[in-house]
Amino acid sequence: MFSGLELENYSMSLNTFKRLLAFAAGVLVTLPGLALAAGGEKNALNMPVGVTDVGRSIFDLHMIILWICVAIGALVFGVMFYSIIYHRKSRGVKPAQFHESTKVEIAWTVVPFLILITMAVPATSTLLDIYDFDDADMDVLVTGYQWKWKYEYLAEDGESVAFFSNLSTPQAEIYNTDGKNENYLLEVDEPLVIPVDTKVRFLVTANDVIHSWWVPELAVKKDAIPGFINETWTRANEIGTYRGQCAELCGKDHGFMPIVVEVVSKEDYAAWLGEKQEQAAKVKELMAQTFSLEELMARGKAVYERNCLACHGARGEGGVGTAIAGSPIATGELGGHLEIGINGVAGTAMQAFGGQLNDVDLAAVITYQRNAFGNNMGDLVQPIDVFNYKQG
Amino acid sequence: MGDHHHGPAKGLSRWLFTTNHKDIGTMYLWFSFAMFLLGGTFAMIIRAELFQPGMQLVEPAFFNQMTTLHGLVMVFGAIMPSFVGLANWLIPMMIGAPDMALPRLNNWSFWILPPAFLLLASTLFMEGGAPAAGWTFYAPLSTTYAGPSVTIFIFCIHILGVSSIMGSINIIATVMNMRAPGMSYMKMPLFVWTWLITAFLLVAVMPVLAGAVTMMLMDVHFGTSFFSAAGGGDPVLFQHIFWFFGHPEVYIIILPAFGVVSQIIPAFSRKPLFGYDSMVYATAAIAFLSFIVWAHHMYTVGMPVAGELFFMYATMLIAVPTGVKVFNWITTMWRGALTFETPMLFCIGFLVLFTIGGFTGLMLSIAPADFQYHDSYFVVAHFHYVMVAGAVFSMTAAVYFWLPKWCGKMYNETMGKTHFWISFIAFNVTFFPQHFVGLAGMPRRIPDYSLQFADFNMMSSIGAFVYGASQLLFLYNVIATIVAGKPVSDDKVWDGAEGLEWTVATPAPYHTFEVPPKIDPAHAHF
Amino acid sequence: MLRVSRNPAVDTALKLVATAVLMFSFVFVVMVPLYNVLCDALGINGKTSGQAYTAAPAGIDESREITVQFIARNNDGMPWAFNPGDRMLRVHPGAATSTVFHARNPLPKAMVAQAIPSVSPSRAAEYFHKTECFCFNQQPLDGASTAEMPLQFIVDRDLPRDIKTITLSYTLFDVTDMASDAVAAR
Repeated sequence: MFSGLELENYSMSLNTFKRLLAFAAGVLVTLPGLALAAGGEKNALNMPVGVTDVGRSIFDLHMIILWICVAIGALVFGVMFYSIIYHRKSRGVKPAQFHESTKVEIAWTVVPFLILITMAVPATSTLLDIYDFDDADMDVLVTGYQWKWKYEYLAEDGESVAFFSNLSTPQAEIYNTDGKNENYLLEVDEPLVIPVDTKVRFLVTANDVIHSWWVPELAVKKDAIPGFINETWTRANEIGTYRGQCAELCGKDHGFMPIVVEVVSKEDYAAWLGEKQEQAAKVKELMAQTFSLEELMARGKAVYERNCLACHGARGEGGVGTAIAGSPIATGELGGHLEIGINGVAGTAMQAFGGQLNDVDLAAVITYQRNAFGNNMGDLVQPIDVFNYKQG
Repeated sequence: MGDHHHGPAKGLSRWLFTTNHKDIGTMYLWFSFAMFLLGGTFAMIIRAELFQPGMQLVEPAFFNQMTTLHGLVMVFGAIMPSFVGLANWLIPMMIGAPDMALPRLNNWSFWILPPAFLLLASTLFMEGGAPAAGWTFYAPLSTTYAGPSVTIFIFCIHILGVSSIMGSINIIATVMNMRAPGMSYMKMPLFVWTWLITAFLLVAVMPVLAGAVTMMLMDVHFGTSFFSAAGGGDPVLFQHIFWFFGHPEVYIIILPAFGVVSQIIPAFSRKPLFGYDSMVYATAAIAFLSFIVWAHHMYTVGMPVAGELFFMYATMLIAVPTGVKVFNWITTMWRGALTFETPMLFCIGFLVLFTIGGFTGLMLSIAPADFQYHDSYFVVAHFHYVMVAGAVFSMTAAVYFWLPKWCGKMYNETMGKTHFWISFIAFNVTFFPQHFVGLAGMPRRIPDYSLQFADFNMMSSIGAFVYGASQLLFLYNVIATIVAGKPVSDDKVWDGAEGLEWTVATPAPYHTFEVPPKIDPAHAHF
Repeated sequence: MLRVSRNPAVDTALKLVATAVLMFSFVFVVMVPLYNVLCDALGINGKTSGQAYTAAPAGIDESREITVQFIARNNDGMPWAFNPGDRMLRVHPGAATSTVFHARNPLPKAMVAQAIPSVSPSRAAEYFHKTECFCFNQQPLDGASTAEMPLQFIVDRDLPRDIKTITLSYTLFDVTDMASDAVAAR
């Protein structure tokens, strides 16, 4: 029925096809292996296994389902490609005319259903594990802000430890005037620090819009919803630095509010916490002090770069926010400047920094704004001025 | 009867005042293609910014406007109207009706669309820019924290909701009342069936979307607190209402695509569709399930565990009827006499890529695993596999398949096949790597990313540029066909094609089936 | 069968228009109230009842102790200082316990606040009964003045035994603009 030539062509295409299949299978088999080796590294292909038991079970679940899908896919596409190769009109086949078979149709309704049940079982048990919030050893309140995170360690007593965690990648790297460092966009000025082998409960909420707190290697993602508290937890088995990002669109700088979690030994954690508590006590002391213009300007510059620069520009030229250079507020009466710095401007991106910065930093940054970028007001704002303004 | 026999009016008024289903179908198709190019342009801007790490071309705020408008324009401006256009052209011809049941309503439902999208596009030039809260516009980012354009955006959503509802009412009224004698429901072509079910979905859920945006409007302007905790509301309520609309919406997009594929695969397999009845039941089952799975978009909002389990199980169930459809299509090809003209190639492309999208959909349905996938590029890859390779590929197949019937001329097959292969390869180069970066931890909707994602993003961008350019080839091929294609004279353009639309003259006359056709009672279905 | 028009297609269309209108109102009259009912019943978002709990006390369960954490925070744009009097309390289920929250309005103008409670874990919400709470009403406060806001609560004896810690968070919203004049005048 076939001429020799056609047959030869045909077997050649079949060989090519077989080789292609073998190649595809090879790629599929090696990919997850590669990814395991490269978890979190450049060009990773797969989900990181992470450093928690929950992360491990999620990864296993993910791989089981992936392989089931690959197997079904190989079968379905295999049949389809067989048909594409063997049932071509150009091979002179006469089309069959069958168009239903109750038995077959029932079979391929029931079999997938059974496969789904085998998937649902491990999925359910993993989900129940994740929902076991109890018996946490410590609690951290995580609050999403436009566009930073605040971490607050909830303790019964003692100096409370709370701080904001801002993106620390310089604008110059983002706008390509400087080379990018290896943790580009995944670095913060102050990471969350938690102890290893400890069940940490995160209470997640938001200040303004919905955010989502996601650290892939801790297998944690929870939406932060303004007004309400969500909870999730982790227990990291390995010391290390784990990076994540906000996962819910939250406005302009959604892509610029990373999360960095340092998992440290229990001893290091205790030392770190002690130091933070000391610092908090020190800020209280500093608040009673009086500073020179130089001291305030130096501190203010650092605070400005972390909190103001993204909107108001490196030279106070403005951007999303109004210009600081020559602005009627920064060169006007001090009370107005304090008011805006502390209480923000409702309905705009200008936030109330009164609750975000301590009085020392507020005093410094306001002094800086009034004396930098060509604003030569010459006046000093001391922490006590901020404190008094807040008291009303 | 007199005025029924005149041809089309001349000039602009033909298009403005037409009540002819073919004219309106044509306008829908061209409008949707224009929107496809506009939404595509937004996508090109997104991919250009993401070509390399760092901010190069646009500012983050504008980037968010681009992702938002890209989604809105593609979903509401390109994909949905294109299938409405197809329905207008084909449903009357497929069921042996002279026109749509409510021709004047048909004219209105089209003509309110272009002003709505013009208005939406004009927000780009407004103070504060276009809407930037994503196509899902979650409150309170889209309400309390939105710019002034949100009011115009809400108005646009209302208009296009009205347009969709009117279009759907027309389709249902046509299918229920205008079928030729002897064309029983279980004889209707599958495209008509999928559209009938889609139209019911639209009538049910477009008002829900309208309700959601009305609440937004009231929150923004009239001091209510539907979505703000301050007044006793809840931002999560918005997500529930949105996805109660939104999940059926994705089936609204894909069901007509299923219909198209169910017409084309049998034609080029020269073999009847396998399992017609089960196809109809599977479509209905998918439509029903779409109403009870919405919260799988919200696994991370903090639902009670019982809720998570319910939505996970219900979502997994969708794999069953969807699987039945895929198996039926492949069995239709089995032992057929296959040829691979452009429409068939696009359908095979659909079959392969939609199935992959279905698999990732199944993976996403698993709640614990979704805690890692959610809002990552894995999701972006997933829904582009079902939206682009699903809806757009099948729509493209439909244009190549019915174009010769519409204009009486044959498209350039070589160019068509070239279009397919470039599209198919470029699509995969664009979206397959997005699975990898998503799994590795890249969130969606970010204008810049860390260095470990750079290579795959560059690959993705290159693929996107090629995919975008290949659509210009498509446009050229269609215009060249209409202007100077090789004339076709056979009523039945494709030797394997079945259905009443292939019994009328080629090109299809302005008026068809003014006398209902005789339906052969022996014919199982069309 | 109801016939309005001689054209059956118009009849079909009218029924569908009615369906669409029905679905539109369904959002307002069914979905929103239903969601609120479900939230109360299932503790979605850790929402607690907005009304004082009045059931008769059923005795104190001395056999276990529950840790109740308090969080006080401000939403965007709320300038008040707002702190819990106790960061943490250990209570027996069934026992009525009182605590206070401190609020201070630093601005020179009178303002009105609304505190929104949220309980974590959310399934504990239905077992957390407030007999008195400042969150039941909007709270007005004159400029540059302070207030002590009381809370009295009972943890239900039927609280599942595996829940050992309950966190109660209050988020303070500035509702001065939307507050009724009656509240502002109080």
